[in-house]
Amino acid sequence: MSFIETLDNLALKKSELVQRFEHLIAPKLDQELEAMAQFSRSLTLQNFGRTMRLFAPLYLSNECINNCRYCGFSRDNPILRVTLDIDEVVAEAQHLARQGFRQILLVAGEHPKFVSCDYLAECVRALTRDFSSISIEVGPMETEDYVSIVEAGAEGLVVYQETYNRGVYVEMHTAGPKRDFNFRLDCAERGYAAGFRRLGVGALIGLTRWQDEAIALAAHLEHLFKRCWQTQITVSLPRLRPAAGGFRPLFSMTDRELAQLVCALRITFPQLGIVLSTRERAPLRDSLALIGVTMMSAGSHTEPGGYTRQGREHLHRTVRGRIVAPEYQDGEDQLATGQFEISDERSPAEIAAVLRRRGLEPVWKDWDQALCGA
Amino acid sequence: MVLKMADKPSKLKIADREFTSRLIVGTGKFASNELMRDALIASGTELVTVALRRADVSGKHDPFANILDFIDPKRFLLLPNTSGARTAEEAVRLARLAASAGLPKWIKLEIHPDPRYLLPDPVETLAAAEILVKEGFTVLPYINADPVLAKRLQDIGTATVMPLGSPIGSNRGIETRPQIEIIIEQATVPVVVDAGLGAPSQAAEAMEMGADAVLVNTAIAIASDPVRMAKAFKKAIEAGREAREIGLAEKSASAAATSPLTGFLAQNAGRSD
Repeated sequence: MSFIETLDNLALKKSELVQRFEHLIAPKLDQELEAMAQFSRSLTLQNFGRTMRLFAPLYLSNECINNCRYCGFSRDNPILRVTLDIDEVVAEAQHLARQGFRQILLVAGEHPKFVSCDYLAECVRALTRDFSSISIEVGPMETEDYVSIVEAGAEGLVVYQETYNRGVYVEMHTAGPKRDFNFRLDCAERGYAAGFRRLGVGALIGLTRWQDEAIALAAHLEHLFKRCWQTQITVSLPRLRPAAGGFRPLFSMTDRELAQLVCALRITFPQLGIVLSTRERAPLRDSLALIGVTMMSAGSHTEPGGYTRQGREHLHRTVRGRIVAPEYQDGEDQLATGQFEISDERSPAEIAAVLRRRGLEPVWKDWDQALCGA
Repeated sequence: MVLKMADKPSKLKIADREFTSRLIVGTGKFASNELMRDALIASGTELVTVALRRADVSGKHDPFANILDFIDPKRFLLLPNTSGARTAEEAVRLARLAASAGLPKWIKLEIHPDPRYLLPDPVETLAAAEILVKEGFTVLPYINADPVLAKRLQDIGTATVMPLGSPIGSNRGIETRPQIEIIIEQATVPVVVDAGLGAPSQAAEAMEMGADAVLVNTAIAIASDPVRMAKAFKKAIEAGREAREIGLAEKSASAAATSPLTGFLAQNAGRSD
């Protein structure tokens, strides 16, 4: 059975596990939340030890054929765009490798013309020498497209549903192939069939009530743990950040609620990898690191070429799929536009030092290309 | 009366190597490499296992994957493990990679395709063991407590069998006791109870049962003081082994007098000389 059916019946029928999860995210007294946090911490220690895996995103392209109201990369946003060529990708990646990263997440907008499956496979192949773990976060694809990327050496696939609410999904995704809700929903399973070893799912927080998203997310996780049993599953809980286009979140989630959600996920899924990005502020990240988070990005840039200023020469705007020269003067220092604003701007070394002070070993390498058949 | 008592506890022999310590220690989950190193020393272990996926075996001495630099090869025999592999093919590839990087040709064979419970795959493990033994590796396979699988692996020529007490990191102790008892009874190679030992008392229990050694990782690594916990495990394992060698008294449902009524017979026997 596909998860589509489970999701569509979720209002009427929830599994026992999801019902328990629902209780865990209901409002709690301070001392109840503290007890949850203590339990969550002990489960995290037991399953992941006193460690924190570190990774960096590398944005390949900000081209996109979709219009998503909340996303800076939306096709109608008149932003500066670029798709890095392979040499530029390698230059950016080597900068990250010098900082210590051995786990990298390749991110791109959805645009088959600029970000093809062959292009992605070529990027992956070019990076296997320097990175033990390579994941991708791009528009959803068919299984056979994923196979070529896995064969190139990719280990992980990340696809967020954005929102599990069909009505809101249609409102938010106003144009482009991303409007196909079901194709996205089944994406993790296609990735599993293609051979990815790690699957990342998640929902954007801010488009509907966070509690509703969390319940659907828990149901999705339960489904994936059963169906995709030979893979590590991770979850991410990105709260919407300011981005080009000026969209403001429709619903809010406090830090306390985010902490409670992390605890609830840990208690419900003790072996789940929980990822926290630099969207969140430094003090909150440092605290959540002790409670249940197991994987963090550090020193991130969300614009292609952001680490070493690669791709400046071919910055452009894209209008109806055509490249249009930008109107700024030559010599003016420009970068492609980022996807969203970063809150934790500390360097990877600074973040590693903070983790050590808090009794956590930063783990840069936790995979080997030998396991991917490379 | 002459007591049958060895002066020293017997040594553990795996393949052609002898070990004084019967504790094998894993190196994951520690708060720092320094703390791991100190805990290894405190534990008295001579055999240390490292996940190849955490280490740099490229020869580049990657400072960001330098766990091996904290394990002194003069003090410890390094036992690379294949954690992360989900097929025989992947495990064999990792083992060969380790050997070609100059690591000892010993391998802790771990194939657990399900990252959630990390339970070992018997089919893939048997297949990988067969290949690796033929290639000259000293193979220590991590298995579920399955006596028939244990026999099949011994027949192939593995150096030990390593049945789990309970799932890795669970700290639940020896939940597979009846099966492990059969494995020990039938074993022709050392039996190492691996995984799930969360307290020194559980490690002692394994030794009292007749296990030849135990492997501990999580319980030491995540303790608030890993060095002291390592020492606690060391003492428990020594105590458990000593008790096993001496022979434990049988359990009985009823009370038994410490001065038995037939004691005079032994005394009379002594006087008759």
